Amino acid sequence: MQITSPAFKQNARIALKDAGLQKALGNLKAGFPVKRAQAIARLPEFDALRDEARDLKNHILENLDIYLEQFESKVQQQGGHVHWCRSSDEACKTILDICKQVDAKTVTKGKSMVSEEINLNDYLEKNGVTPVETDLGEYILQLRGDHPSHIIAPAIHLNLEDVSEAFHQHHHRPKSYDPAVLMQEAREVLREQFVAADVGITGANFLVAETGSTLIVTNEGNGDLTQTLPKTHIVVTSIEKVVPTLEDMTLFLRLLARSATGQEFTVYNTLSSGPRRDNDQDGPENFHVVLVDNGRSDMLGGELQDMLRCIRCSACMNHCPVYGAVGGHSYGWVYPGPMGSVLTPQMVGIEKAALLPNASTFCGKCESVCPVRIPLPKLMRHWREKEFERHLSPKAVRYGIGGWAFFAKRPGLYRLLSRGSNLALRLLGGRKRLIHRLPLGAGWTDGRDMPAPSGKTFMQQWRAKQQAQQKQQHTQQRTQPSSQEQQS
Amino acid sequence: MSRAEIMNNIRRGLRRGEASAEQRAAALARIEARANNLIPRRAQLPRAEQVALFKTMALDAAAELIELDSIEQAPGAIANWMTTQQIPELVCASDAALQALDWSALGTINRLERVAQAGDLASLTGSFAGIAETGTLMLHSGSTSPTTLNFLPDNHLVILHESRIVGVYEEAWKLLRHATAGQMPRTVNLITGPSRSADIEQKLQMGAHGPRTLVIFLIRD
Repeated sequence: MQITSPAFKQNARIALKDAGLQKALGNLKAGFPVKRAQAIARLPEFDALRDEARDLKNHILENLDIYLEQFESKVQQQGGHVHWCRSSDEACKTILDICKQVDAKTVTKGKSMVSEEINLNDYLEKNGVTPVETDLGEYILQLRGDHPSHIIAPAIHLNLEDVSEAFHQHHHRPKSYDPAVLMQEAREVLREQFVAADVGITGANFLVAETGSTLIVTNEGNGDLTQTLPKTHIVVTSIEKVVPTLEDMTLFLRLLARSATGQEFTVYNTLSSGPRRDNDQDGPENFHVVLVDNGRSDMLGGELQDMLRCIRCSACMNHCPVYGAVGGHSYGWVYPGPMGSVLTPQMVGIEKAALLPNASTFCGKCESVCPVRIPLPKLMRHWREKEFERHLSPKAVRYGIGGWAFFAKRPGLYRLLSRGSNLALRLLGGRKRLIHRLPLGAGWTDGRDMPAPSGKTFMQQWRAKQQAQQKQQHTQQRTQPSSQEQQS
Repeated sequence: MSRAEIMNNIRRGLRRGEASAEQRAAALARIEARANNLIPRRAQLPRAEQVALFKTMALDAAAELIELDSIEQAPGAIANWMTTQQIPELVCASDAALQALDWSALGTINRLERVAQAGDLASLTGSFAGIAETGTLMLHSGSTSPTTLNFLPDNHLVILHESRIVGVYEEAWKLLRHATAGQMPRTVNLITGPSRSADIEQKLQMGAHGPRTLVIFLIRD
């Protein structure tokens, strides 16, 4: 998929004026965050589970090579194959090779963000293998030549009319505006594909070292049909998804559905442990796991290591005011929202993705809802620092920051200046205390008025408060000398 | 080789070479211990309450629940359900417990034992365990329980004995390890209600690609 992250500002501007997108984004705000809050209210241990999950992920990362080796050897014992791929390119080639070995014409696909990351569909198509997306959202997008705008609700940017139109064009049936009818259509059309496919490709939410199993989590059951019916099952996933045991996987599963959709548990949680056994009546004859690195091992040991804890629940983007305003496509690559603003610079390069970690007010909502407590604002700040160090920020920003730093290092001057600006802004605001136009601040005032400061500066207020407290203490000490200790 | 390069890069990041013997032993011991993490209190209950919780959670997940006093009542109850739904054919798992039942109650309803095919309207399987915490069924593949039966037909009918209900997932994993002597079956399915999707405008619709209906015949024992 083409990377449009460098055009984030323009993308966002267009998105804000796109009435259809804004309507669709409204569905998100009224849905996932509310359901998550309700689910968490039903589970008093939720925060304690988050702490354990964070600690367990940290332990796994410290022992990543050991757990991956264990996982690999278990898969092999059960008759499966494990392929290690450093890059997207290598992963695509590996998957194509497997498809060619079994002479595959069509492959069905369960939803997999890693497959989006490596741009697998384009590669397969160019090489004569037809991929068919089977997750309803992904299927709609494939018909439209579109890409996911959300990691678990890929078609969240679309409205009913868009889906009606796409199905009408491709299914050649009467147009319907009933979601139930549309889903039935997709069910019927895809049923033939499930049965006809030569290879099924799924992702994995977790890899279990103890049992050599991959796990997928779906509500539709499409992933299960994808991995059960064809003769070959390929799991494309990434190295940080390994967990030691089934019990450890369970810890994450208790967090995942609740953080993602607010469900108690996702409908289908399925473990796959190798190809069909001798006496099994169904299931794939070949089982391959393609482990993708793609820059992840570079994140170990550095500031970005915490990001490898991510379990792809999407809570950060569901709660992000920026994502909620501009939608996932504005971010210009596979992973949107706060988690994407950390991952995209790592995977496509900071020079292309520098605007993303800047597209945040650091309100901290993302970190506050993260089930594995990733300090997302801190990691975005890391990328802002990198951007500044590498002279990637525009001149105006660099001079601005330089100028601010000059004053910030000279507190007396800084306070004088802030008192002056305070006064100037109050004068600009007039009686209504609203500023309609601000020098260098058109980005703000074009869309809304800027409220003028209504009181004294922070430092003035702080000093006044300190003085008042001291005065109060002084008075109390004089009246109640014996209670001095309690006040300290 | 890519494997070696990835491993080396992981170790470089972790600022060490190959893990020390102690570190490796500690990680492997952690796997062997299969220790529980924090388990929510919700399902740590006396047996009778676990069964009640299972029922509540399964119904919340939109499963249908039909309670029976004995397994012998199952064919009649299944025949009733099939007749009401006007489904003429039932594809069954080939397990001995199902085979042992008297199926004459089915009358003209055709009972087959095979893997599922596209177009099948109803399947009947047993289940390995029920998990009260979220009203979840655990099924696994094996010579007499083909996995396609759990996903391809429009309606999935499942027999669950009350005695197979446990409180939490962890207990089910222990049962599974015990029953399969530590050899994982090809697949294990945790199923919580029927298939669904909210991919069109975030509005939940039942019956995406898996069964539209999940009927649990819960046998008191």
